[in-house]
Amino acid sequence: MSILNLFRKQRSAPMARERLQVLLAHERASSNSDLVAVLREEILAVIAKHVEIDSDKVHIKIDRDENVSILEIDVEIPVAVAAEAA
Amino acid sequence: MGKVIVVTSGKGGVGKTTSTAALGAALAQRNERVVVVDFDVGLRNLDLVMGAERRVVYDLINVIQGEAKLSQALIRDKRLETLFLLPASQTRDKDNLTPEGVERVINELKRVFDWVICDSPAGIESGATLAMRHADVAVVVTNPEVSSVRDSDRIIGLLDAKTLKAERGERMEKHLLLTRYDSNRAERGDMLKVDDVLEILSIPLLGIIPESMDVLRASNIGSPVTLADARCAPAMAYFDAARRLAGESVPITVPNEKRGIFDKIFGRKAA
Repeated sequence: MSILNLFRKQRSAPMARERLQVLLAHERASSNSDLVAVLREEILAVIAKHVEIDSDKVHIKIDRDENVSILEIDVEIPVAVAAEAA
Repeated sequence: MGKVIVVTSGKGGVGKTTSTAALGAALAQRNERVVVVDFDVGLRNLDLVMGAERRVVYDLINVIQGEAKLSQALIRDKRLETLFLLPASQTRDKDNLTPEGVERVINELKRVFDWVICDSPAGIESGATLAMRHADVAVVVTNPEVSSVRDSDRIIGLLDAKTLKAERGERMEKHLLLTRYDSNRAERGDMLKVDDVLEILSIPLLGIIPESMDVLRASNIGSPVTLADARCAPAMAYFDAARRLAGESVPITVPNEKRGIFDKIFGRKAA
C-alpha cells in the first residue's frame, strides 16, 4: 500500500456494495406486495375512522435496514378531538 | 434450430447495442449464421453501430404488419457474409410490435440462423418484455455502478417471470456481461469489483469488457468492435464471451488496460 493512500478519500466501492445489498434485499422481498405501503394505508385508514386527519399533520418515515424495516407514523391529533373521545 | 439470445439490461446506455453488435460479429466470424434484431422501435441504433444505417429499406414492424417479407428486410453485412441485421422501425409506434407478430418472426429466423440476437430497448415496458419473451439465453449487460446493478436485478426478476421458458416452468439461462470495467479503479476501491457484482446479482459471468476508447472509435466508424480492431482489449473480451456463449469453456480473465503513469510510479497492483 502506498503512503499516498493515507491522504486519499475513503473508498466508495464498499459503500456502493452495501447500499445495493440492503436495497435489493428489500426490493426482492417486496416485488409483489409492498407490506410497508399496505400497513401505512391501513393504519391511516383506521385512525381516519375516529379522527379527521389533516394531511399536513401526518409525518411518515420509513427506514430500511438490513434485517428490519421501521415504519414511523406520526399523527397530530387536536386536543378537542382527544378530549371528546375520552 | 437456432438459439435465441436477448441482450438486455433495464438501464439505458450500459452497452446493449454495442454488445449485440460485437457478439454478433464475433459469432459470425466463426462462420455461424447470425442475425441481430433491433427491438428498440422508435429509437433504433443497431443499424448505426453496425454501419448499415443507409441501407435500411424495410424493418421489423413492416415484416410484422405483412408489408414486407423477412428476406426483404434483412440486411447482409458488407464485411461478413454470415452476419445479418433486422432493423427496428424509426417512425412507427411501438404498439405495432405485437406478441403474435414477434413470435412468427422469431420462429422464422430460428429456422434460418444459428443465432438470433435480440437487442432489447431499455426499460421494462412491452418492448423489453417482447424482446426477451422467446429467448433461450439472456445476456444481462451491467456496468459496475449502483443504478445499473439495481436495474439488472429487476430485469433478472422479469426474465424469471415473463419469458416463455419461465412460464413453461423451465430455468431461464442468464449470463452477466460486465461492461465498462476499469480494473485500476476497482482495485483502488473506487468502483464495484467483478466479485461484488457477481455476489449481488448471483448469475454466472459471461465476460468482462474493459472501459476503452476502442469501443467509441468502433461506433464512430460504424463497425462492431470485434470487426473494427480484433486485437484491441474490448474486442478480445467480446471474442471470449462469444466462445463461452457457444459452449466453449474459456477461463475468465480480468482485462487490464494500460496502467497510468501515476500507478506505475507508485506501483499500485492491478488485478
